[in-house]
Order: sequence, then C-alpha cells, then structure tokens
Amino acid sequence: MGTVFSFDIRDARTPAVESALGDAVAWLHHVDAVFSTYRADSPVSRLARGEIGLGECPALVREVLDLCERVGHATDGWFSITANGGLDPTGLVKGWAVERAAQILRAAGAHHTCVNGGGDLQLSGEAAPGMPWRIGIAHPHRPGDLCTVVTGRDLAVATSGTAERGAHILDPHTGTPVTGLASVTVVGRSLTTTDAYATAAFAMGAGARDWLAGLDGHEGFAVARDGGTWHTRGFPGTPGGPR
Amino acid sequence: MRRAVLTAASTSALVVLLLSLKPHQPAGLTGDLAQGGSAPSPSPTSRPPHGTHPANGTYTGAPVDTQYGTVQVAATVHAGRLTAVKVLHAPSDNGRDQEIAAYALPRLTQEALSAHSAAIDAVSGASYTSAGYIRSLQSALDRAGV
Repeated sequence: MGTVFSFDIRDARTPAVESALGDAVAWLHHVDAVFSTYRADSPVSRLARGEIGLGECPALVREVLDLCERVGHATDGWFSITANGGLDPTGLVKGWAVERAAQILRAAGAHHTCVNGGGDLQLSGEAAPGMPWRIGIAHPHRPGDLCTVVTGRDLAVATSGTAERGAHILDPHTGTPVTGLASVTVVGRSLTTTDAYATAAFAMGAGARDWLAGLDGHEGFAVARDGGTWHTRGFPGTPGGPR
Repeated sequence: MRRAVLTAASTSALVVLLLSLKPHQPAGLTGDLAQGGSAPSPSPTSRPPHGTHPANGTYTGAPVDTQYGTVQVAATVHAGRLTAVKVLHAPSDNGRDQEIAAYALPRLTQEALSAHSAAIDAVSGASYTSAGYIRSLQSALDRAGV
C-alpha cells in the first residue's frame, strides 16, 4: 500500500499479545498482497485488468468492494473507487486493514493500542490508566505546528489533505484534483468509515462542513486553503491549538 | 502552566514521545533498521542501561527507502531530550521532490519537536516521506539508547 504501519501497545506484553502482534503484521502483509495496485500480480490488479472475475478473487475482495459501495452511497458518490477510470479500492483498504489489525490485538487482550497506518489511526482504550489518547493534527500550512489536538478513548482519527504530496485526491465527478480545503480530519469509532469519510469530505471541499455536521457518530475539523478553520459541534479537539 | 509542568517532567514527556514513535515491533522492518546507517557520532561505549539518560550527542538514523527515495535523519539528544533533527538525505530526483522536501522536511522536524512539547501520542495527517522520516528518526533514537 506504499505506506508504513506502526503499533503502539500500552498493555502488558504477554505471550498472547506478542503472538497477536505477529498475526496483525502478517494480516497487513496479506492485505497488501491481495489489494496492492502497485503489484501487477495482485488479485485486485488482475481484477482491474479483467483477467479474473470477482468470483476468483479472495473473499476479502468482495467484502471490501461491498464496503466501498456502501461508503459511496453514504457520501453521495464523493468516495469513489473508480475516480481515475480504473479500479482502486486502496482508499478504503488502509483504514479497514488497520481497524481489523486493532481487532486482532484486542482479541488477544491488548485493549489499549494505537495502530497507525500512514497517519490514520485506530485507537483502542486509553493511553494510560485515566489518560485519554492525545492525537496531534498536523497543520497543513504552518511548518512546525499542529493545528489542534484530538483527545479521546476508543476512537478513529483520519486526516486527508494535500500538504505533503500535492493534490492527490480527485473529484470523482470531474476527475480533476480537488483544491477547496487544505486538510480535513474526521473522528469516529471505526477507521474503515472514518478514513473513507475523510477522503470524501476532502473531495467535497466547502460542502463538507454541512455534510459532516449531519453525519451520526462522526465529527470533523478542516483547514481551508485560506487558512481559516472550522469544526463540527461535537469535535473532540482542543480549541485554539495544541498548547 | 502546562508548559511549566512539561518542562519539569521533561524526561517523562520524552518517554511519551518515544512511545509514540516506537513501533514496538516494526512491521517487517526489523532487518533494515538493524543494519545500515553510520555509527553514532559521539561514540558511546554501549547502550546506556534502562532508566538513565542517554549520552548527549547526535545520533545518525538508518537510511530508510520510501517510494520516493531515501530518507535519513540524525537526532540530537541533550539531557534525555530530543533537541534537534537534521535531515541528511531526502528524495531529490526532480524539482518536485526538492520542492516537497524543502517544504515538508522542516515541517516534520518541527512536528517531531512540538509533538514532544505538546505531549501527544501520535500525529494524524502524515504519510509517505514522513513515514521514512519517522523510521529513520526512530532508529537514531534507538542508537541513542533512549
């Protein structure tokens, strides 16, 4: 998937947790092998080229494509796996894979974990007894600053933006790069939807504000191209910056 | 107030930062973090025992290959605190890479330092090159023994 994953486990290291960590890492490698669009021989690449049908793909592929369809409906088409003309579910796969990796750890007794997939996070439990997780949101304009800090327990945090690699999200309706917002952060419970909603909200631009405000179970924060910020009513961030 | 508390508790704040940087088991990366990279420049004789300050000095991280090129940083540690990060290598194959590196790398450096002062557990909104940056920084901190 062209990114790096990390695990931060705050629970005691037990043999069961260590074993689950190995399973979670193996799971991510497996997901990469199945879904990578960088690998010409991955089932998803072969499916995109029409060499194999969905029935010949691992069952995970159908699961992800169904999820993509559901998210596509929930976002009025703003989340799309075919925006660039091909088939590219990687926009959803990363968050989904991270969330499942966190579930693998939880099933083994690791209840306080941060699984990070390239800056999109699934957080379980809390950072320390009585201490919520504190997640800095990178400021898209001001080198060196976090634009806010999200605080909470059992949450997912995803940020979509252009700060680091230029415009990389396409408007699924026009196929051109979107430019309205500098970055948008979505906070929810499940990284699968939270990450996809962040992508969709970024593509929406200014319209994301009303859309996020009307969305159950998710809150949003955005930095506009002109530097202005807005957030939804229940956004669990520190007002006025991190310090 | 908070800042004063953090200054007084600088060691534990650093521990928080390191916990956030440290993948307790890097996802299949152990090999390339274990090899490569130059020796720590202040040449500490051995890794300091757990619970003590690492030696002051600058520690070079392992070079980390990303999709866009190699990233390598050096971390300066003083009294157990991360005080500076210097970028030794960054993708520079073309003008676009150079433009991004000029913009993103100072930002990442400041982020690493402000992450420290803001006592946060992780940063949302980074990707690609920053992942290489963080891995190289982590390996520098590992060499520092912190």
